[in-house]
Amino acid sequence: MGIAAMLGTPVKRREDPRLITGQATYVDDIKLLGMLHMTVLRSPYGHARINTINTDAARQLPGVVAVYTAQDIKGTVGNIPVAAPLPPHITSGMGRRLPLAEEKVRFYGDPVAIVIAENRYIARDALDLIDVDYEPLPVAIDVEKAMQPDSPILYEEFKTNVATSMHPSSEQIDKIFADTVANGGVIVKERFVNQRLAPSPMETRGVVAEYRKSDKALSLWSSSQIPHLLRNYLAIQLGLEQNQVRVIVPEVGGGFGCKLNIYPEEALASFAAMKTGRPVKWIEDRDENLAATIHGRDQVNYLEAAATRDGKVVGLKFHVISDMGSYLQFFTDVIAIAFTLPMLSGCYDIPNIYSSCDTVFTNKAPTDAYRGAGRPEATYMVERAMDVIANELKRDPAEIRLLNFVQPEQFPHTMATGALYDSGNYGAALEKALDIIAYDKLREEQKQKRAQGKLMGIGISSYVEMCGIGPKGTTPFGLYESARVRIEQSGTVIVYTGTSPHGQGEETTFAQIVGNALSIPQEKVLVLHGDTDSTPEGRGTYGSRTTSVGGSAVFQATERLKEKMKTIAASMLEASASDIELEDEKFTVAGSPQKSVPFKKVAAAANTSNTLPPGIEPGLETTVFFEPEACTFPFGTHICVVEVDQDTGEPEITRYVAVDDCGKQLNPLIVAGQVHGGIAQGVGQAMYEEVVYNEDGQLLTSTFMDYAMPIAPELPHFELGHTVTPTNVNPLGVKGVGEAGTIGSTPAVAAAIADALGVAHIDMPLKSEKLWRIIHKQ
Amino acid sequence: MTTKRSITVTVNGQQHQTEVEPRMLLVHYLREVLDLTGTHIGCNTSQCGACVVMLNGEAIKSCTVLAVQADGGEVLTIEGLAPEGGLHPIQEGFWEKHGLQCGFCTPGMIMASYQLLKNNPHPTETEIRRGLEGNICRCTGYQNIVKAVQDASERMSTSAETPVPAGD
Ligand code: FES
Ligand code: FES
Repeated sequence: MGIAAMLGTPVKRREDPRLITGQATYVDDIKLLGMLHMTVLRSPYGHARINTINTDAARQLPGVVAVYTAQDIKGTVGNIPVAAPLPPHITSGMGRRLPLAEEKVRFYGDPVAIVIAENRYIARDALDLIDVDYEPLPVAIDVEKAMQPDSPILYEEFKTNVATSMHPSSEQIDKIFADTVANGGVIVKERFVNQRLAPSPMETRGVVAEYRKSDKALSLWSSSQIPHLLRNYLAIQLGLEQNQVRVIVPEVGGGFGCKLNIYPEEALASFAAMKTGRPVKWIEDRDENLAATIHGRDQVNYLEAAATRDGKVVGLKFHVISDMGSYLQFFTDVIAIAFTLPMLSGCYDIPNIYSSCDTVFTNKAPTDAYRGAGRPEATYMVERAMDVIANELKRDPAEIRLLNFVQPEQFPHTMATGALYDSGNYGAALEKALDIIAYDKLREEQKQKRAQGKLMGIGISSYVEMCGIGPKGTTPFGLYESARVRIEQSGTVIVYTGTSPHGQGEETTFAQIVGNALSIPQEKVLVLHGDTDSTPEGRGTYGSRTTSVGGSAVFQATERLKEKMKTIAASMLEASASDIELEDEKFTVAGSPQKSVPFKKVAAAANTSNTLPPGIEPGLETTVFFEPEACTFPFGTHICVVEVDQDTGEPEITRYVAVDDCGKQLNPLIVAGQVHGGIAQGVGQAMYEEVVYNEDGQLLTSTFMDYAMPIAPELPHFELGHTVTPTNVNPLGVKGVGEAGTIGSTPAVAAAIADALGVAHIDMPLKSEKLWRIIHKQ
Repeated sequence: MTTKRSITVTVNGQQHQTEVEPRMLLVHYLREVLDLTGTHIGCNTSQCGACVVMLNGEAIKSCTVLAVQADGGEVLTIEGLAPEGGLHPIQEGFWEKHGLQCGFCTPGMIMASYQLLKNNPHPTETEIRRGLEGNICRCTGYQNIVKAVQDASERMSTSAETPVPAGD
């Protein structure tokens, strides 16, 4: 490799040394002088009226400093913020969440009181001494029953649990379906349950709050994906100015969307720190995390598809029911509407798409963004639909897909859903995956195995997703991203990014972008993030946006400084700026290699100013806010091969091929890591994971014993391939890869298992017991 | 509150004598009393392995062991795995093969790999996967962790240096 760390090479991550030696600082590793500990008393009921709360005994426990309930914070701590409240009910307060429940609790785990004590053991002991008189109420757990008029109601004043209900006229699509039938085509119907999942990053949530009364300065360390949004909303919640709140996001042990939220505990710990005058730490226990951190997915979907006899899909009709749980968190109300509905055409050029949607409250934890956020649900429906159609027409699932893909020359392409896809070559990715796995041979092998009575299945999923949010209007606060780049006198470059990576390796990727642009070794670039006092206003890390939006801001800021340095170099070399080239840490006059000045010298000149020509402002520092004009649409095809044990119903993935196209790859090592991890989570949904409440609203999956995430022996060796279809919606040509694996994998695994059992569809998670019952017709 | 007990524990070669509540977990003792925060807590119920350390030469989940049970014992944590300023071959393997993303599971994963390689210096892929089934990683999908352990196994068999002894 040349002197610059070239983009596109597998540079080892610079984050790792601190992580592999135990020196990284996560929130729970922070210890401040005089720090107190907070614990949260949570509802043991799914739905109950709170009659009285007696905290006397808890307050009297030695070591307890304070106990607070809703009464204590009333008027001081504002409600939990919602990014985009939708009419009609939500804008009038339905689903509004108070930091501590006041009259009613609405889910198992709903916070009721907090204890502040000298250490975490005492704080935990005191929870048992708080006496809450609850009056249990009937619960709404099943989302479709919750929509019925006789259901228990979470927000009585609204007389329904349905928050938004979008049912446009279906006259046109119904006519198309009727015509299809009249012309000898087929209609297939299916109901899909996209079960509720727990994001479960290995680090739970946690905060440390510190308050200096003299100038009302609040510092909050939080395990968050959104430092600036958290600061902005926390300031509103607490009645402070933005400049009085500093949010610091230290090392974060995974987020997957669940830390893209503003939770009660952030304001509560801050309130306690303000009241007691001492720093307060709260670290979520895993059982709290599984009960009270947002859940993901949880949709019930109805599909009807119309296709011609030769396999062309002419129309899809969807009904999407989004189970939002009990309250509105940051994006709860828009996951289905803004991320599922636009993606309901998948990779396919389908002329007619109809969707209706209900969003509904139930007595469960709030749902919100979990890796993929609404797009996995769309992909799952569309991909399962293609398989059901293939099954009905007795055609190969690969063939049906190839027949219906949007073709490369059609891009940019506006889908029937209204989504504008930037670029793609879906056939190439599918063909490549078929090639890697030797598809025809595999189908032969399957025939032979079947003849021997073995249950082998092959599943294909061709996905497309929407990344890089976002263009203007995506949210009320704008989804641009920022970068401040500063070049020191020594020539070292410091990047302050508004994104907030937490495992994605952007310190490395951004250093590569800068090193490459300035032709300096990436070691001379420092990347800082997560502190609202030093980084420019940013929007954080989620939605596979960090490199495409944040990286683009870094790139543009760097380019701007490069231009300035060229001007300075030109004056130093007595040449014209347009003739100056930057290579190997030197500015050189084009065609005169002997006339050059080192990068460092130009950096020194700019920072010391005395030798600068008149008219040039001293310093090398600039800030860019990059706002993309459009979203990016990464895509790919995953193929999964399974064998299901006849006797036990145990499925085993025997091969897994993933061909992903995320546009240009800046660091293939990191891209592959994202794909691996994404697939693992998608496989988790397909085969193992499910949040379960019983009919009384009790959570049955509150430890990792019951909420089963994949472990190493359950996953295969993934075989990766890729295609590269750049995008022009950002200057780097990148699309995003953080969620691709999760979106692509779930339908592939589900399809493989259904294929093994010779049925059209089975609802997830595809656990052995369920499969055994199907095999043995029990 | 129950009376405190005095315990003596050697951690990473250094002896500590401390008064602790009998109910204090070993992981809290390491993290909060000794400030060795490299050992993490991911579940508290013995499933995730983020808290794995070596106690008297055996990998244990320190969230499920009381500090008083370590009295008189020797503990090795991630902080003591490599000589000051250096990296243990397992740490190098994790770095080289991109065996971590958020890094939260990593100290426990490395300590579990240490135990695995101690028992079986040349494990197959299947043996590695099985050997790490007590450790959950939500980020990596395990593939690069497998590669990291394979890489470490090679490094350890070719390097003249023996791994840091774990008090055994
Ligand atoms: S914290 Fe000990 S096993 Fe999870
Ligand atoms: S690297 Fe994040 S949990 Fe393993």
